[in-house]
Amino acid sequence: MSPTAPRYLISGGTLPDGTTSDMLIEDGLLAAVGPEARSRAEAGDGPLETVDASGRIVLPGLVDLHTHLREPGREDAETVETGTRAAAMGGFTSVHAMANSTPVADSAGVVEQVWQLGREAGWCDVHPVGAVTVGLAGERLAELGAMAASRAEVRVFSDDGMCVADPVLMRRALEYVKAFDGVVAQHAQEPRLTEGAQMNEGELSSVLGLSGWPAVAEEAIIARDVLLAQHVGSRLHVCHVSTAGSVEIIRWAKERGIEVTAEATPHHLLLTEELVRSYDPVFKVNPPLRREADVMALREGLADGTIDTVGTDHAPHTAETKECEWTVAAMGMTGLETALPVVQHALVDTGLMDWAGVSRILSSTPARIARLTDQGRISAAGVFETGAPANVTVYDPNVRRTVDPATHATRSRNSPYRGMELPGQVTDVFNHGHPVVRDRALATPRTH
Amino acid sequence: MKHLLSTQDLSLGDALRILDTAEEMSAVSGREVKKLPALRGRTVVNLFLEDSTRTRISFEAAAKRLSADVINFTGKGTSVSKGESLKDTVQTLEAIGADAIVMRHWGSGAAAQLAGSGWITSSVVNAGDGTHEHPTQALLDALTLRRHLARRHGTAPRGTDLSGMKVVIVGDILHSRVARSNLWLLTTLGAEVTLAAPPTLMPVGVEQWPCQVTYSLDEAIASGPDAVMMLRVQSERMHEAFFPSAAEYTRSWGLTDDRLALLESAGADDAVIMHPGPMNRGLEISAAAADSVRNTALEQVANGVSVRMAVLYLVLSGTETAGTPDLVPSAARRPEA
Repeated sequence: MSPTAPRYLISGGTLPDGTTSDMLIEDGLLAAVGPEARSRAEAGDGPLETVDASGRIVLPGLVDLHTHLREPGREDAETVETGTRAAAMGGFTSVHAMANSTPVADSAGVVEQVWQLGREAGWCDVHPVGAVTVGLAGERLAELGAMAASRAEVRVFSDDGMCVADPVLMRRALEYVKAFDGVVAQHAQEPRLTEGAQMNEGELSSVLGLSGWPAVAEEAIIARDVLLAQHVGSRLHVCHVSTAGSVEIIRWAKERGIEVTAEATPHHLLLTEELVRSYDPVFKVNPPLRREADVMALREGLADGTIDTVGTDHAPHTAETKECEWTVAAMGMTGLETALPVVQHALVDTGLMDWAGVSRILSSTPARIARLTDQGRISAAGVFETGAPANVTVYDPNVRRTVDPATHATRSRNSPYRGMELPGQVTDVFNHGHPVVRDRALATPRTH
Repeated sequence: MKHLLSTQDLSLGDALRILDTAEEMSAVSGREVKKLPALRGRTVVNLFLEDSTRTRISFEAAAKRLSADVINFTGKGTSVSKGESLKDTVQTLEAIGADAIVMRHWGSGAAAQLAGSGWITSSVVNAGDGTHEHPTQALLDALTLRRHLARRHGTAPRGTDLSGMKVVIVGDILHSRVARSNLWLLTTLGAEVTLAAPPTLMPVGVEQWPCQVTYSLDEAIASGPDAVMMLRVQSERMHEAFFPSAAEYTRSWGLTDDRLALLESAGADDAVIMHPGPMNRGLEISAAAADSVRNTALEQVANGVSVRMAVLYLVLSGTETAGTPDLVPSAARRPEA
């Protein structure tokens, strides 16, 4: 960033630690927080823009460990450009692009392509996730080391969409990524127990005549994997935990000192299987929407630290793959632009978590899991680290809006919150000091 | 009544209205001229996206007896694989002039989705969707049982329900839309339902359903039912490890000659055997049971036409019909040429 680039004074916002404070962004960095921010801003040279953040929450830029950007291969559903616009509008300054593109991101070439597309788009940092196995086929390891050593510097590996079901392959992957401090993010779904599965297995699936996806199919894989991680001394990340039983197993594993981290999606914090009664495919997702008791267990797990992070599992799909019979409809929901409102609604407005907690689950912890050093630089108490890259999201928690997918920046319209009223709106986002969102609208991308 | 999508959502009042209308319709089937002008000029499309001959010809006969024009559209496999979406298919059919779409579909929930989609304004009649529901089958079974009960009491069936009747449904409950539709409807009508099946073919959460559950068909028959409804068992279930062999299935859950004898001694004097067809003789039902005078299979088929006439009449004649239409006397005064 050139020395003549504007400086930004974020004025009068409430920080995650509950204090009201100014914040100065200079040269892409968080130059000062507190009373000295204003004096330094007024003393310094060059243009200064003031962002009035009074009545708003100032958060560290959000980090998503679980995003589907669909490019390469399904540019009709999403591109890196449109997906990162959606990310920015949702307050994210970093997203992890899942590997299930076409071709699969299982080689240095594909991950570098996605990384490069992210840099060119400039709305948000894009970190490609590398596939664990070639073609997500679950048969042999992809070149994990080459992806780690590429310009994309991949640290998170996942066959998301598919479970690494073979226990030997999972063991090897867990061991191998230790060489570059990587982590395997498992999509926990026992394949045989979920053949043809259409929704959560229970009394409702029986009434609706839809094949069940039993909780045990998730929990059995998580139980196996935490024991494998313990056995080989590796770290494990569990994607989109969806059942109360999974929360119990992860809590047990953490008590034993096993290096496991876990994520929950926004939709699993709010929506239940009851919505499937409509047979509207917008509610079809994998893992499926579960019971009220599971929703409550996930919220409590996030509040007590058993679940580490909220990952959106933003899964854009074209209209034609959702405007069809439930049993053949695509699985997945958009989520980048509604994640923070859902977290506020489910965790903050319910008193389970304060904004320091939100900073923890949506920024500092996912950054630590992915070994990002330029994101999530905030203490557990919610104190920003000065001198760190200025990845900052300003959020107005006081507005209430009815979700209208047609207004979203993502290319797809499969939001399950359509017509629901949710709190909050991102007003401004700084990505490495550059304002990508200003006054509730996209501004300009960051150029490299 | 704009649509008929399931029996779970069917009120007692609507169920009785359909059954009472079906009684009127069955009187037509007994006449020399089996035709009413009720739906003259209306078009019924039978959209069958899954193999079914019996249900389709039953709906076709029903529509024709009401003087409706009938268009049959059959396809196999998924609409996606054919390259045309369900939305485009039904919008095309409506553009051709459909007033009601009778749909058999491989996907659970397809009928409800069609009715709620806003894609079309036609009435939708669910003729079986996946493993979800088959409401007209349950209605024809209820009509058969209600007539049976009326004969026993020497009364007219019109206006009556199934209070006090004990019905055992046997077999592949898990995959059966017939079992689901019957359970909801028969219990709405006051019957007591027992499901008998191997544990592997019981739906998850069945203990929350309004019925008794047993793994012993012998116990279910010994309890003295008024009707035993045998479900068709598909042989591929065996390969999916739902039960070890056809022979073991028949021994434990088939209506064998021995169990027929038990039904004759322990069941109601006039206990009946029901089957939605087609029967697997020797698997879920023995030849003697299939050929027994207690088997109502053919009566069920005949009642199917009456029930489907009633349903088509009610969905197409609009909601202004508050009570049971007094069709037959007026039709008798104005016979269709």
